[in-house]
Amino acid sequence: MTALAQSFADVSAPDLAATDAVALHHQVAQFLYLEARLADTHDYDGWEALWTDDAIYWVPANGDDTDPEKEMSVLYDNRSRIGVRIRQLKTGRRHTQTPRSELARVISNIEIAEVRGNEVEVRANVLIYEDNLRGDTLWAARNTYRLRMVDGGFRLVRKKIALVNNNKPIFTLSFLV
Amino acid sequence: MPQAAVSEAAASAGARDYRALIEPARINSRLYYDPAIFQEELEKIWYKTWVYVGHTSEIPNKNDYVTKSIGPMPVLMVRDKEGEVRLLLNKCPHRGNQLCAYQKGNRTSFTCPYHSWTFSNTGDLMGYALPDGYEGQSKAGLNLGKVPRIAIYRGFVFGSMAAEGISLEEHLGGAKAALDQLLDNSPTGELELTAGFLQHRTKANWKFMLENETDGYHPGFVHGSVFQVTSSGIGSLYGSDSTALTRDYGNGHTEFDLRPEWRKNDKPLQWFGTTPERLPEYVKAMNAGYGEERARQIMIDGSPHVMIFPNLFIAEIQIFVLQPVAVDETVQHVTAVQFKGAPDINRRLRQQTMGSVGPAGLLLADDTEMYERNHRGAQILDPEWLVLSRGLHRERLDDNGFRIAHSTDETPQRGIWRHYLNLMTEAR
Ligand code: FES
Ligand SMILES: [Fe+2]
Repeated sequence: MTALAQSFADVSAPDLAATDAVALHHQVAQFLYLEARLADTHDYDGWEALWTDDAIYWVPANGDDTDPEKEMSVLYDNRSRIGVRIRQLKTGRRHTQTPRSELARVISNIEIAEVRGNEVEVRANVLIYEDNLRGDTLWAARNTYRLRMVDGGFRLVRKKIALVNNNKPIFTLSFLV
Repeated sequence: MPQAAVSEAAASAGARDYRALIEPARINSRLYYDPAIFQEELEKIWYKTWVYVGHTSEIPNKNDYVTKSIGPMPVLMVRDKEGEVRLLLNKCPHRGNQLCAYQKGNRTSFTCPYHSWTFSNTGDLMGYALPDGYEGQSKAGLNLGKVPRIAIYRGFVFGSMAAEGISLEEHLGGAKAALDQLLDNSPTGELELTAGFLQHRTKANWKFMLENETDGYHPGFVHGSVFQVTSSGIGSLYGSDSTALTRDYGNGHTEFDLRPEWRKNDKPLQWFGTTPERLPEYVKAMNAGYGEERARQIMIDGSPHVMIFPNLFIAEIQIFVLQPVAVDETVQHVTAVQFKGAPDINRRLRQQTMGSVGPAGLLLADDTEMYERNHRGAQILDPEWLVLSRGLHRERLDDNGFRIAHSTDETPQRGIWRHYLNLMTEAR
């Protein structure tokens, strides 16, 4: 079972299908911008707090339709490993982020792919400019997000970052992507 | 390029004196960044000695192929129609076009997109388009290029671009035992490397990786952040009190041997940070495969940590393949070890591999940061010489006559450079 093919989890609470489409799109976009800003500014605690307990943070390798349960991914974290990753960054001795990457990312082409119950699946393109000791790197990805409405706000359930060049050798990817 | 500080012999092209750049316990920085030295390494190491190419389990079926490499050069590893493993060069003999543009697949023939010459997966030219233009000419000599020598040790496929030379067995020497140790951890004695490779692009000379793979001095510092936030308990393996050993097998092969620690503790699967209770299927299969007593010993000793010169690194649960692409750029290809007939441990092997290695790995991203800083630092003129003297006073020979020392000593690195000097100064 691939991560994003997994059936929608909690369909009890508020029905987002009843929300006005423009309002929903706006609310989704605001959430993606928040997540992007927290990642760009290395706000590790703020970023970690966005995730639900059943989170999956996934950067596939060798295409965007691989099975992360069987094949290697650049990154395939459950909630507990997200926590380890964040704690490592916060030691101050995660050498590849000491000094930290300078980052600015642009998110665009936001589309709501599916609404079911209190969850929404979103597609977006992202360009990330990274500057670090090595030099400048431009990252491009087609992202898929699953957001869940919890207590009046969105939380991040799944994030798949399909780097367009993930079938080629890529540089160290140690910032929050 | 800094000239002043380098001896005349070292700087003069064509007759570079490697003896003036490599001493038993220190080496000249130039070896890492000089493009002319890199070119000479291609000739004297990568396109000559035995180089690891791939594993037979990556091409399980007839007509499977996968794109691999020898140094910067792509190589097609193919299982032909008869089931024989071949190493073909991906260059159309007509006008040199890149023949196959895909990473892997299954096909009996390859057709060049430029003028449609078609080659069987044995490398033979089957036919060309519009053959009237070649009337009276022979097809002889128009086959795909081949890696002249291929040898397979228990599924590990090696190639050598030299038509003659020592056998693979002779090249592997004592390090062959480490490959056997890895395969002993499989209940069937076989691997299935089916999870695909991550490719980590690294802006550094390949020898920084070669040396670091068996450097037991760095983990406590480079990976201190991981030891701090996980309860792995492996940090102590890299301290002064560790009984782990570094070993120089000769021929450039080196090892970080943890068995003394595991044997002291006498706990099966401790090497993998787990217990037999957590992997019941695997333990059952191991007992069935080897008998309980032998299986217990294998599961105590664990998997090896060995660097097979110049490019195959077995890091207990990962297979790394180092590919130099330029003097200042290397690709680290890496996949999880997968044992045939052991699904429960395989799942954990993949998960731990994804967490620790590759571009986002909790461990390897920091190693790679060090490689890139190494490469930038090496180009600074002073000091010109880098020091590899750690543990010189406590080196000794093991029962097999291989040089060993404390886990944090630079015995492996000295061994690598000794072999490197031999290769670079060898008569043609
Ligand atoms: S270059 Fe391949 S057919 Fe002409
Ligand atoms: Fe390391």
